[in-house]
Amino acid sequence: MSTTKHTAGAFDIRNIIGGLIGLYGVILTLMGIFGDKELDKTGGVNANLWAGLGMVVFGAGFLLWARLRPVVVPASHDDQSTAG
Amino acid sequence: MQAPVVLASTIIDASFVDYLVIFAYFVVVLGIGILARRQVSDSLDFFLSGRSLPAWVTGLAFISANLGAVEIMGMSANGAQFGLPAVHYFWIGAIPAMLFLGVVMMPFYYGSKVRSVPEFMFRRFGTGAHLVNAISFAVAQLLIAGINLFLLGSIIHALLGWPLWIALVIAAAIVLSYITLGGLSAAIYNEVLQFFVIVAGLLPLTLIGLHRVGGWDGLTSGITDAAEANPDTVAPASQQLNSWPGEALTGFDSSFLTIVGIVFGLGFVLSFGYWTTNFVEVQRAMASNSISAARKTPIIGSYPKMFVPFITILPGMIGAVLVADVADVKAGETVAGGASGEGVTYNDTLLYLMRDVLPNGLLGIAITGLLAAFMAGMAANVSAFNTVWSYDLWERYIVKERSDHYYLVVGRIATVAAVVIAIFTAGLASNFSNIMNYLQTLFGFFNAPLFATFILGMFWKRMTATAGWVGLVAGTLSAVTVAFLSEDAFGSWSTGTLPIAGQGASFVAAGVAFVVDIVLSIIVSFATQPKPASELRGLVYSETPKEDLIDPDEAARPWYQRTMPLAGIALVLVIILNVIF
Repeated sequence: MSTTKHTAGAFDIRNIIGGLIGLYGVILTLMGIFGDKELDKTGGVNANLWAGLGMVVFGAGFLLWARLRPVVVPASHDDQSTAG
Repeated sequence: MQAPVVLASTIIDASFVDYLVIFAYFVVVLGIGILARRQVSDSLDFFLSGRSLPAWVTGLAFISANLGAVEIMGMSANGAQFGLPAVHYFWIGAIPAMLFLGVVMMPFYYGSKVRSVPEFMFRRFGTGAHLVNAISFAVAQLLIAGINLFLLGSIIHALLGWPLWIALVIAAAIVLSYITLGGLSAAIYNEVLQFFVIVAGLLPLTLIGLHRVGGWDGLTSGITDAAEANPDTVAPASQQLNSWPGEALTGFDSSFLTIVGIVFGLGFVLSFGYWTTNFVEVQRAMASNSISAARKTPIIGSYPKMFVPFITILPGMIGAVLVADVADVKAGETVAGGASGEGVTYNDTLLYLMRDVLPNGLLGIAITGLLAAFMAGMAANVSAFNTVWSYDLWERYIVKERSDHYYLVVGRIATVAAVVIAIFTAGLASNFSNIMNYLQTLFGFFNAPLFATFILGMFWKRMTATAGWVGLVAGTLSAVTVAFLSEDAFGSWSTGTLPIAGQGASFVAAGVAFVVDIVLSIIVSFATQPKPASELRGLVYSETPKEDLIDPDEAARPWYQRTMPLAGIALVLVIILNVIF
């Protein structure tokens, strides 16, 4: 094991939050473009599209946060596999 | 519609996309359980996440553990029925207590290195108070987990049309698998994720609803019209659109008594009792990585908590104007339908609003948010139960001094047992819903004297072990007595001797419990022998050196990472909110 600090990798809860909300954002954006807009329900707003775009931005923000300020795993956990 | 509809009439027509959204969530939830398993190497990892989590994670988990089914459905129902006074449950009934927990009490919990709230009870007061606290807490968690599970099953049944028992077993299996695998870390990570999914579902719902109803002006004129049309059944619009004083909430005639009831009963006794002594909440803070992070946990949590009313109570108020079924209920009519199938109630407001304003896609996210809330609520109960059962009951009284690995296995078995028991409790709840409600009221009464005993024990070194358990038992009994003497706290079992009813009755019962506990504890303490001062270090304020209570590194951090400035800003914000509304 090298003495450099290991980062938490994929199992940083920020990656999971960013990934899931981002995925939801993509699904909603596609629904907003291609799906039934159901404007009678929403009062004329393409709700899926706007909510979807908002979630994409939010998700990307979380992924970026995790990338820029990674969690450092304490040295005592170094013997465990950090793959993944 | 491609929806695989099982029942002929579900409240909501879910499409393929909605199912995709729900499915993606469940995959991620189980994935978190599997990933968290790699971090569990001893019992402290399993029960307290190895005390390793950062404050923002535990802070969000702190409010998510409480943001369960009962909270979301109940608060939107309160919003629909009472309007703005329901915000008292947040701005008076939660924030001050959360700040107090972080500023005053958390150093004792975290600093004394206890592993649970009952364990603190044991160190301060010995066996009697510990047994009362541990057993009542464990039983209450099993029951509340069952009620959460039942509500979850009935919502799945109403929304998606699955049979109740299938919904129960699937939901229980998912919760069980991620907690037995990953322990508290899996529960906490899922709570954080759940928080964002709930906001992703409820925020668009609120915004679109507000747009449909014509903005804030449209909402106020809608509420005013409804109140003027039915002055006999609906509270006047002025009471629904101002949080203070809130007579509709307490059921008291006098606005002065209402304020006293809300500030002392709800804001002080009930809320401090719940937030500062309930191990479900405190456990989240104990999982954090330093005394500073533990103190900041409830304080960071108080910021989102302040704004939760805008995505729970506000949609309830909107629903009561926008949704015809709910508006009719508010006007005093009986409307067929509802999640229970026995008529529409205020609890259905959120579901009907989702049906009326959300397009497929967003609908799936809102359903996912609700399912997530129900499961996380149950997971919080189960993960707190298994800790108290393993550390406080099994290790302390039944099988002592075995290896750490042994108690880890006990914890996993306790988790399985708790989920199985919760399924049976859920079955009971579906048959005897009233009894379940009364039992929940009853367990609420355990909290009020707990707070009295804790706070007296932390600041008065003279308080004795005997006073600890006597105060708890007498306080709880006096609350139960008041509930029996009220008009409806225990339904038809209440005698009606005292002219108090509804939520006001709970405020009075809790207040009485608090006073009785304090008075009896003081009297008994003077008649019995206190513990020697040497045993009270870390447990009582005057016997604990100041440096044990603070994090030495904290003073060097910028203001936004320190406990006191954060708490001060939260307090100012909540005062501003109270003034505006």
